[in-house]
Amino acid sequence: MEKMTRVSTVLGSASVGGKTMFCHLDAPANAISVCRDAAQVVVAGRNIFKIYALEEEGFTERLNLRVGRKPSLNFSCADVMWHQVDENLLATAATNGAVVTWNLGRPCRNKQEQLFTEHKRTVNKVCFHPTEVHMLLSGSQDGFMKCFDLRKKESVSTFSGQSESVRDVQFSMKDYFTFAASFENGNVQLWDIRRPDRYERMFTAHTGPVFCCDWHPDDRGWLATGGRDKMVKVWDMSTNRAKEVYCVQTIASVARVKWRPERKHHLATCSMMVDHNIYVWDVRRPYIPFATFEEHKDVTTGIVWRHQHDPQVLLSGSKDSTLYQHAFKDASRPVDRANPEGLCFGLLGDLAFAAKESLVAGGAEAGRKPGYPGGDRRYPIFFFKKPDVTEQFAQVASVLSVFEALGGGGGGVCGIGGGVAGGVAAGSRMDWFVETARLYLLSGKPFAELCDHNAKVAKQLNRPQVSTTWTMLRIMFSEPAHLSSSANHNMGKLGTLPLLNSFNMKDLSSGLNERNKESRQDNIHSLETNINNNDVDNEETEGSEGQAEYVFGDAELDDDDLYSMEHDNQTEEPEYTLPQEAFPLRHEIMEQPSAPEPPEKAESPHVSGSEAESACLTPSESVSLISVSQLLFPPHLPPAFFGPVVKEMLAHYAEQGDVQMAVSVLIVLGERIRKEIDDLTQEHWYTSYIDLLQRFELWNVSNEVIKLSTCAAIGCLNQTSTTLHINCSNCKRPMNNRGWICDRCHQCASVCAVCHHVVRGLFVWCQGCGHGGHLEHMRSWLRDNTHCPTGCGHLCEYT
Amino acid sequence: MSVSADAHASSSTYRICSLCQKMIFDKETSRSMPRPYSTGPSSFIPEEEIVEAWSLETWAVDPQTELLLAELCSPAGRLDHLTQVMGLHPHYLQAFLRCQFYLLRRDGPLPLHYRHYIAIMAAARHQCWFLVLLHVQEFYRIGVCLEWLKGLQYANEKLRNLNDLNKILAHRPWLITKEHIEGLLKTGENSWSLAELVHAVVLLAHFHALVSFIFGSGINPDSQAPVSTYCTCELTSRSQSEEDTLLSKSPESELESLLERMRKLREEREEEEATEEEMVIRFEKEKKESLLVRSADFDDQMISPSRVSRFVEDAAFGYQDFARRGEDNPPTFRAQDYSWEDHGFSLVNRLYSDIGLLLDEKFRTACDLTYYNMASREGVDTSMLRRALFNYVHCMYGIRYDDYDYGEVNQLLERNLKVYIKTVTCYPERTTRRMYDSYWHQFRHSEKVHVNLLLMEARMQAELLYALRAITQYMT
Repeated sequence: MEKMTRVSTVLGSASVGGKTMFCHLDAPANAISVCRDAAQVVVAGRNIFKIYALEEEGFTERLNLRVGRKPSLNFSCADVMWHQVDENLLATAATNGAVVTWNLGRPCRNKQEQLFTEHKRTVNKVCFHPTEVHMLLSGSQDGFMKCFDLRKKESVSTFSGQSESVRDVQFSMKDYFTFAASFENGNVQLWDIRRPDRYERMFTAHTGPVFCCDWHPDDRGWLATGGRDKMVKVWDMSTNRAKEVYCVQTIASVARVKWRPERKHHLATCSMMVDHNIYVWDVRRPYIPFATFEEHKDVTTGIVWRHQHDPQVLLSGSKDSTLYQHAFKDASRPVDRANPEGLCFGLLGDLAFAAKESLVAGGAEAGRKPGYPGGDRRYPIFFFKKPDVTEQFAQVASVLSVFEALGGGGGGVCGIGGGVAGGVAAGSRMDWFVETARLYLLSGKPFAELCDHNAKVAKQLNRPQVSTTWTMLRIMFSEPAHLSSSANHNMGKLGTLPLLNSFNMKDLSSGLNERNKESRQDNIHSLETNINNNDVDNEETEGSEGQAEYVFGDAELDDDDLYSMEHDNQTEEPEYTLPQEAFPLRHEIMEQPSAPEPPEKAESPHVSGSEAESACLTPSESVSLISVSQLLFPPHLPPAFFGPVVKEMLAHYAEQGDVQMAVSVLIVLGERIRKEIDDLTQEHWYTSYIDLLQRFELWNVSNEVIKLSTCAAIGCLNQTSTTLHINCSNCKRPMNNRGWICDRCHQCASVCAVCHHVVRGLFVWCQGCGHGGHLEHMRSWLRDNTHCPTGCGHLCEYT
Repeated sequence: MSVSADAHASSSTYRICSLCQKMIFDKETSRSMPRPYSTGPSSFIPEEEIVEAWSLETWAVDPQTELLLAELCSPAGRLDHLTQVMGLHPHYLQAFLRCQFYLLRRDGPLPLHYRHYIAIMAAARHQCWFLVLLHVQEFYRIGVCLEWLKGLQYANEKLRNLNDLNKILAHRPWLITKEHIEGLLKTGENSWSLAELVHAVVLLAHFHALVSFIFGSGINPDSQAPVSTYCTCELTSRSQSEEDTLLSKSPESELESLLERMRKLREEREEEEATEEEMVIRFEKEKKESLLVRSADFDDQMISPSRVSRFVEDAAFGYQDFARRGEDNPPTFRAQDYSWEDHGFSLVNRLYSDIGLLLDEKFRTACDLTYYNMASREGVDTSMLRRALFNYVHCMYGIRYDDYDYGEVNQLLERNLKVYIKTVTCYPERTTRRMYDSYWHQFRHSEKVHVNLLLMEARMQAELLYALRAITQYMT
């Protein structure tokens, strides 16, 4: 080996040097091989077997080995190899299964020396031992590899690939006894030439056939393989397990692969089909070829470096019946034409931008788009390549910038999604959380509208992923007809939604109260009797005596809830045959305060927002709308179908720290999803969210959430310490049973100071003098008077 | 005799009747020939055998196949007869169903109704009422362009353009040239894209081959209405002499001699070396001989009106032998120059992703399927026989393997089998119960179905190779 290297180096310096040139062959080539001194090349194919001399100005035909009166199938070559030590020796693999050796030194015209017909099927590959003169290896479609000693008439050993067709065999350049074989089922085997019974090592390199393999000429451990799966892989075989060190993805199945001499990381490939070019890759830059030769008009079938120490000249044969010599200086360099900038939108609405560092450095400030509102978040990532002297690529450094979508109107930076919110943005302001909590609608509308609304809220707060999630939920769980109808609704309403919503919030309770007072005043007298009647009816079922505690603000919220409960039931009942028992607790507790009031009134807080809308919000109309749609269109996809997905999604949000989203969705979806998630998890989410809400002093929201939750453990949260102990106003002793009749003195304890009837509904009293009465009565009284209606002389104060 | 309980292909029934009428005159005595099975999935195979195979414990369906089966069941609420018969080889059935499911239902370049219409066109070429009906139903279910079902001339221009390719591919695939491809792809209002064309070609080849299987296994149509009238004369449609040769050979000797020949071949291979010329001669001989193997003296030009004719144009275009005496033959297709594994796969997978993998798996399953037994013998390596069947079909289509000794075909495949193979692959609509029964008397039905699978896959691959080669030539 030592000697040989020296010799060839000497030769190399003398003879090599070439330009791009080609010659026409008479027939398509299947394989080519070059003789050791790089002066001649042999071309073999089904109908061609010729030797050409490589000269300065072009190819000249030296010898036609295809002689005889009738061409035999033995001439139909699938592969050819020129011996690298003995320059008179050639071997071919024939499609009919023959392995033929040729001796150019024979005096007669027919140079055929030996014929081995041991393979039953096409021989795909022949390979001479790099240093041993007489050793020849063949691999065939029949699944066998055979090793021939050219001094004998038969093979000396046979290696079985377990009936898998062998596509390539290659002797290792450095290990005297080792060879690699690649197979049609994607495996690569390593054999020791002395041990034909069993392979040394086997691993799966590709999916589908491995068409070729090549040992690295210098590095002992490296083997490159190319397969039908369009990949070129470089394996490090020096360790116990074959390790994939590089992988190059090409655009077509890889027919041949050859390491480039003197360049540690370069290899040349050509493809089996479709793509006619020859590529030279730097395996460390697998995305773009280092150089491309585009001369051939049909698929390239054989490539070989002209001289084993010259990286500049490549020879190739092709199905288009041409033989080419490619000079590296004429190769096209795709890198030069490649666009060095990249731009991509992320799933979450982020924008990533990569560019050459030089470009970015110049325009770093320009990169911060002036039009971009607020501050942008950049994560500059720098890629530097270690400088390498042999490296032929221009030094490249690129910058990757990631722009996050920004928090807008609400001010401040919004994290994207829960992940960022929980992690990065933890220190920053949590305005988005507060805003979201305040603006979300959890109930009180048809499902689709809730989703739309929440999606809109999320969008306004620049949380596109959350927004999309809401929209998708709507699509998943709404029936088709519902969608369209709700879309109509939205047309009219969307604009006013935030406005409506804002009425729910605590800061406007006063204004709302004003309005309510007005509207209720009108009804108050006519309703009075109703209320009382209702009270009688409810008497038996009501166990709690807490009605009186409610003050105006809270009552408003409850009104909403009543509305929403009715509404939800209406929409859901036909679809789910929702068991009424699902709400037993809720029903009792929530209806108590508001039951006395007729539905029209319950609507009022919503409607009052804009009078124009009131028409379409009347219950009768919405009911009819819903029922019609349900009759016409039964649900097309069972919502249960989406259960697991949504469950996963919720868990993901919760995991990300956005428990708000998890809980909101849980509430809005209600029964649709509840069964999917175990109670403990739900409870955990609820408590976390409520805890958060309370930290931000969002009492109203937290209360709403508590009320809407279906977890027993959560529901009872707002019943703790809600008991009110009252004493009889006559005998001053505690009243146990009912709120209005004292057990001991048998007198009506809570008599309305205005009408002198027993108050069974809302009882409101002055904390100064202890007198009070029906809520509405007191209200109307106090509009004209400031003193207590009992005449005790106290200047009553109500808040 | 076309037991074609699928006498549906009324054309063939008619033809056969017309043929045998004259036979009836001289042979009136009723022979004790097996009656066709009018019920059950196949008219060649007793129902019990199939039912038994399905109820076997070993036939463990993996979940994925089960899903596919469920999908298949949905229209009729039960498995169609084709699936039942193919179920004799569950391993293959799985590959087949996956491939067919992908072709017809999954993402692909062609819209769904196109796919079924192409299936109809392909099946109609061989008057396969079974498949035509099936896909007409599917087409209805999609519910667009229903007027196409009135006939080919009602379909849109684009599909009608495909008819030429369909015709050639079905009967003489070696005539396909890149000009055909060019014609379809040339830009215009009704042009095909390359991906669409590849999809269409795969569909065509798939259904042409499937027709072979259906007729070859005598699949009964699914319609509940039992076919009551049999052409009794069909039982006597062969000449007496032929009849005798069929039955003369004692069944035992048949199997023995086949095994013996296989053994010999294996030994010989080591010793005798056929010369080049001899090999070529052998291939040519098989090729020529396949000419002589004529299923019957059918009138080639005969066309009769049938239910499927509305989907057929130029019905007279039928199979012609690859190598016709005294004519300029097209050049032999060298399998080594364009093979499925290397070239076909790469092309098809590039233009219609993933189908290559599925087809590859299907071909491999069909070719490698073996139970290591022949008839009553167990532990037999049948690879030689399988390869002979596969290569013989390719030989009839003019595809030659350099590394195959076509002498083996001659040794292994008896004349009756060759008649059957030729009929099933080239004019499947003429297959009869008699042909099916006339070869390999001792073999199980499932083994004969296995033969049909091989024939089907070989035919499909041959058609694909020719079509894909033309596409490759077009692309370069």
